[in-house]
Amino acid sequence: MEKRVTFKGWLLPLCLIAPQVVISAIFFFYPAGQAIWQSLFIPDPFGLSMQYVGLGNFEFLLSDPYYRASFLTTAIFSTLVTLVSMVPALFLAVVADRLIKGAGTYRTLLIWPYAVAPAIAGVLWLFMFNTRVGVVSWYLGNLGYDWNHVLNDTEAMGLVVVASAWGRISYNFLFFFAALQAVPKSVIEAAAIDGARFWRRFWTIVLPLLSPTTFFLLVVNIVYAFFETFGVIHTITSGGPQQATTILVYKVFSDGFVGQDLGSSAAQSVILLVVVGALTVFQFKFIERRVHY
Amino acid sequence: MTEAVKDPPPGMVERRGAGLWVSHAIMMFGVLIVFFPIWLAFVASTVTQPEITNPPMPLWPGDQFLVNYGKALGSGVNVPVATMLVNSMIMAIGIAVGKIVISLLSAFAIVYFRFPGKMVFFWLIFLTLMLPVEVRIVPTYEVIAGFGMLNSYGGLILPLIASATATFLFRQFYMTVPDELAEAARVDGASPMRFFIDVLFPMSRTNIAALFVILFIYGWNQYLWPLLITTDPSMNTIVMGIKQMFPSGDDIADWPVIMATSILAMIPPVIVVISMQKLFVRGLVDSEK
Amino acid sequence: MATVDLKAVKKRFGSTEVIHGVSTSIADGEFIVIVGPSGCGKSTLLRMVAGLESVSEGEVSIGGKRVNELEPMDRDIAMVFQNYALYPHMSVRQNMGYGLKIAKLPKAEIDRKVDDAAKLLQLEPYLDRRPRDLSGGQRQRVAMGRAIVRQPKVFLFDEPLSNLDAKLRVQMRLEIRDLQNRLGITALYVTHDQVEAMTMADRMIVMNAGRAEQIGTPLEVYERPQTLFAAQFIGSPSMNVLDGVAADGSLSIGDSSLPLHSRLSGPVTVGIRPEHVIPDAEGPLAMTVQMGEPLGANTLLHGRMAGRSDAFTVSLAGVHHAVAGETLRFGVDPANLPFFDPKTGQRIEAEA
Repeated sequence: MEKRVTFKGWLLPLCLIAPQVVISAIFFFYPAGQAIWQSLFIPDPFGLSMQYVGLGNFEFLLSDPYYRASFLTTAIFSTLVTLVSMVPALFLAVVADRLIKGAGTYRTLLIWPYAVAPAIAGVLWLFMFNTRVGVVSWYLGNLGYDWNHVLNDTEAMGLVVVASAWGRISYNFLFFFAALQAVPKSVIEAAAIDGARFWRRFWTIVLPLLSPTTFFLLVVNIVYAFFETFGVIHTITSGGPQQATTILVYKVFSDGFVGQDLGSSAAQSVILLVVVGALTVFQFKFIERRVHY
Repeated sequence: MTEAVKDPPPGMVERRGAGLWVSHAIMMFGVLIVFFPIWLAFVASTVTQPEITNPPMPLWPGDQFLVNYGKALGSGVNVPVATMLVNSMIMAIGIAVGKIVISLLSAFAIVYFRFPGKMVFFWLIFLTLMLPVEVRIVPTYEVIAGFGMLNSYGGLILPLIASATATFLFRQFYMTVPDELAEAARVDGASPMRFFIDVLFPMSRTNIAALFVILFIYGWNQYLWPLLITTDPSMNTIVMGIKQMFPSGDDIADWPVIMATSILAMIPPVIVVISMQKLFVRGLVDSEK
Repeated sequence: MATVDLKAVKKRFGSTEVIHGVSTSIADGEFIVIVGPSGCGKSTLLRMVAGLESVSEGEVSIGGKRVNELEPMDRDIAMVFQNYALYPHMSVRQNMGYGLKIAKLPKAEIDRKVDDAAKLLQLEPYLDRRPRDLSGGQRQRVAMGRAIVRQPKVFLFDEPLSNLDAKLRVQMRLEIRDLQNRLGITALYVTHDQVEAMTMADRMIVMNAGRAEQIGTPLEVYERPQTLFAAQFIGSPSMNVLDGVAADGSLSIGDSSLPLHSRLSGPVTVGIRPEHVIPDAEGPLAMTVQMGEPLGANTLLHGRMAGRSDAFTVSLAGVHHAVAGETLRFGVDPANLPFFDPKTGQRIEAEA
């Protein structure tokens, strides 16, 4: 926690730590506290006063079919984003790891999408699948498939998933590739002598050894899908059609800013807060228990 | 070198067959797929509007590069893209520098001092690790509005500085700095701040650079927050400004200009990532693990 | 159980040749130690036998059959790695049975073989543990066990003891040798430790800079080193080397002169083992002692040849109180002395 050798005095360290504490207090703890406080009230119809309702907002939310639907949407969305971003990344990393030369060049090329903001990624994918001008949707149309994510739930979900997962492939690739390079060569060789061919080695030796990285990426990608994909959804579908792509974070935004339902939005914030807290604790516990061989 | 050609491939004796070529083919295919959206955006930014609105659009760049980029940078749709680029740059650098400065200082206090309330502060900072701004947007918006900081750089930057990742990274790093250095500084009679400036800061340079890359991209790519607090188009950042360029209703979007803007929005973070690739990869692994 | 033959085996990495053609035949059941300083190519040679490195030129055969193109798994070998290379996510039992499981042996048979090997190596109490819960010595045994259960034709050892402490290393040397004797499996063993090589080998291959300097039994190499390198690498403390000129039945080294039993002439390099020095007040050679090293059973005296700058070490039986600056006169038995060509380092056979 601290050095064996420490400096004396208490005023200086307090001054040093003050900027971070003050900024955290004003922009983090106060708003978080406000969210909890507001979640216990509903404003009257004229927005003049607040009425205390206890856990009423939460009870309402949890019985609200729209909110439940949004929960399910988020679960489906984040599962798909995690899968679509991790599986191809792992596959590419395994292939790149086999190469003796050129892996570095591929890595440089694959890094690009990571630098692209989710919102921009949304615009790019929207452009490709745009119902009027999109290249991909036009070719799909020629093949007899009528693409329309503006009306079709499944297609809308598919598009936001792919657009969200796209940049994460780069990110996951970097981690998988680094982890693969760190697998001791002699263990692979021992397995080869034991008679395991490439894919057998992959399933029985390499993949288990990658499990700390895989688990870490699993959590990080779920957190990403939960909280950082707002830009993708806002640019491509705005949560539609009929809320088919309204994930929880998008709902906080649309209920709070568009719908001006502050109590409900605050309660949703608190629920999300609990979700992030749980994910973080889960990650820490799990990493402690299982990660190092 | 001709001798080397007839040698069997290095490494383990394996029946690879065409394996190596298949691997290269797979990687190239992967790169192509991953790259295609960016390529298409670039092509769209170099052709005319009619070429796009009469699908299929060409897959090879046209000759309207200067026209479209000139139009985007000079006039844009609501506001010149040049203005948005400046705003994004200020925001990204402000967030990166701000986070690094307050984290360097607070990590120094936590690692090198014993003072009342230290554990409380430590856990308070630790808690902020967990909560993205998206979760507390409404109340945070109210705080900024209360301070009259809507449509200001302060409002764009300050709330995003309140996160503990950087503090933890520096704390981790300080813990690996040998105790003897601080001992020597004390023996020499150097004040804590002297020690910080002359020893700790120079030693942290690589970490600072790596973190800067990550935080710059984090700041540059912000979307929801600028969307909420910049109602004045002249304060728009480029990433959020693109969405504002789409017309409401049935008007047709000015695709070449929008795509030119998308490309412009990608260039700074891509340059940072590619040019500092090694640092970036290291920074990622350090800050996330 | 098989013979291993190397025929002019070469290895190139790109255009750099690291092994310049090694040939030898290893008999069935023989224990061969490949010894040399780091970077001499000994591990690369072993890995070529294993199939972990391809052979650039020449031929490797096991049991009379060319294996150059065979994958490691098809060569019927087992290898013990320097870092043991245990599968960290598997128990000891799973580690040892992995190869058998891949070979699709019935579960009962795998268990039986693993149990037998565990018994042999006293690993029974640890069968359900993971490698990280074992000590270094136990991990080493598991690596051995993994090699044994498959009953391969050839054992390959790549510096298996270098991560153990000195005491355990001596004990494991004996155990490995004993095990190999009982199982009668041909073994190739790589080490940089010449004492390990001397104590374990039936025959050893002394390697230097990608070449086999000498192949022979430990005593052959000790008594009749074929090159200057082999002479100096084998034996502890290292052999003293002096340049001199031979003419008319005597060898002059600086001011001293040594009678010869042979008709050598011209510049030669002579090797004198520290333990072959015979103190003799009338002896033809002299050294100035700089430092004594009492080891109990014997005493090492380090110094320089009188009037010359060549470092010289003498090993004397028992305790000997040396004073720095003291001059020690001594002689040697000329029949014991190896001579080398100063240019090529090759042994010169001294005809009587």
